[in-house]
Amino acid sequence: MTIGLAHYLTVGAILFTLGIFGIFLNRKNVIVILMSVELMLLAVNINLVAFSAHLGDLVGQVFAMFVLTVAAAEAAIGLAILVVYFRNRGTIAVEEINLMKG
Amino acid sequence: MTTGLDNWTLAAPEIFLAVAAMALLLIGAFRGTKGADLVSWLSVASLAVAIFLVLRLEHGTAFHDLFLVDAFTKAMKVLSLLGSGIAVVMSRGYFLRAGAWRFEFPVLAVLATLGMLIMISANDLMTLYLGLEMQSLALYVMAAFQRDSERSTEAGLKYFVLSSVASGMLLYGISLVYGFAGTTSFPSLARGFLAGEVSTGVVVGLVFVLAGLVFKVSAVPFHMWTPDVYEGAPTPVTALFSVAPKIAALSLIVSVVMGPFRPLLLQWQQIMIAVAVLSTVWGAIAALRQENIKRLMAYSSIGHMGYVLLGLAAGTEEGVRSVVIYMIIYLATNVGTFAVILSMRRKGEMVERISDLAGLSQRQPMMAAALLLFMFSMAGIPPMAGFFAKLNVFIAAINASLYIPAAIAVLASVVGAYYYLRIVKVMYFDAPAPVFDRPVERDMAVVMLAAALFVFPVFPVFQTPFLNGAQTAAKTFFSGK
Repeated sequence: MTIGLAHYLTVGAILFTLGIFGIFLNRKNVIVILMSVELMLLAVNINLVAFSAHLGDLVGQVFAMFVLTVAAAEAAIGLAILVVYFRNRGTIAVEEINLMKG
Repeated sequence: MTTGLDNWTLAAPEIFLAVAAMALLLIGAFRGTKGADLVSWLSVASLAVAIFLVLRLEHGTAFHDLFLVDAFTKAMKVLSLLGSGIAVVMSRGYFLRAGAWRFEFPVLAVLATLGMLIMISANDLMTLYLGLEMQSLALYVMAAFQRDSERSTEAGLKYFVLSSVASGMLLYGISLVYGFAGTTSFPSLARGFLAGEVSTGVVVGLVFVLAGLVFKVSAVPFHMWTPDVYEGAPTPVTALFSVAPKIAALSLIVSVVMGPFRPLLLQWQQIMIAVAVLSTVWGAIAALRQENIKRLMAYSSIGHMGYVLLGLAAGTEEGVRSVVIYMIIYLATNVGTFAVILSMRRKGEMVERISDLAGLSQRQPMMAAALLLFMFSMAGIPPMAGFFAKLNVFIAAINASLYIPAAIAVLASVVGAYYYLRIVKVMYFDAPAPVFDRPVERDMAVVMLAAALFVFPVFPVFQTPFLNGAQTAAKTFFSGK
């Protein structure tokens, strides 16, 4: 059996779904949410590179590079906000993030 | 029309803002906290210069079709720049009193605005994503700017998490569109779809892209972050959130659905109608029981986004025109209302409950009159500007045969009128609450006065130039490039 585009797309879709579920079903820790977001972006990268190879078009790989860069910046800012939040509240449990409700 | 890499002058406002942001950062770093005033005024000046540069731009595409300048993008850029500039002007007093007046704030505002300009000019899915992220990354930090406040940091955290999920969905959609259509460039996508090759993969991708974009304008069903972030973020940041990023994201939605995806009108129109109707209805109903005026403004903005998207759902030139007009009026009423909210403080403490406005008409009749105008305008009561905004949207929807969605939106606006009028009732007929600090800051007073004059009588009387401008902007999508 040769590994074709469909296999890569399936892996991408599974990772993406895992990422989404990781965010909405996770009741413990904000760090896990950050990891889930990274998982979603990596799923997208798999898609982009697989399509790029399939189409013989470089744009997808260039795009994947940009996504990697943005993901790094996003993780940095996310962790910075998390640290500031932890200093104020002393916890990063998801259940405790509830000062405002409506 | 010119194309190619040599056209970098078309990006002059963006390049200028990027350089200005670096320079401001250096000035701030060298002068420390006491440089905040200087940096703030320089950043407002840079935004003003950027408006001037935008107005002088020629039309065309640059950087090998990645970047587009036309009448529509120019109009939206001017609105975003105005919104950011006014928000920076309004932020000084608030942060000074909160002991958080640091130079990073205006620099972040300039960087966020730079992201907005890039996303407005996007002519390729890659530019779209990078512009959007540039804006979002700066906005995350701004929401959490009061770093010793639990509410501000919580708002920042919530905004960050939910917004990155939306970015992820947008990106997944982009990857599908790229894979199944074979390109990320808007003109090539449009050509491909016109030739009739639309696969299911593209439609699925489109749904994901729209979900990501609808999140950024906070329309139902992706609105859940809005009330919390509006309430928790520092008020000047909320004022910024409610105008500039909304305008930029909306402009992005317009240029995506009216540009490359216009041949898929039947597919996205359904989604747009559903989102618009749900937003107007939920924006009206959920606002009824709010006591906090910032939360109320959040639901109000959800409702307004519903009306704008209804105009867009028409998918006609008239529809795009109504979107541009709505955004002009939305900008004026929102900055005016936030100028009033920022002036609501007693003994230096911000108060933000609606009951704090009780009897304002007797204590500060001018401020009460200004808020009255804004509330009437948002409720859509003639002859205020907001009436014409809604009127244009409804006419566009009716002419596109969207009778039932238009009827539901009209009913929602009647329900919505209740909570706007309740504020007027509290101000004019309730027993006076303790007086707010006086005098009102000069910056706030100027913004309030200008916005109030625009809402009534300037816009209703002198509509023609605005209507013509919006017409020119809307025409760019229909002139057959």
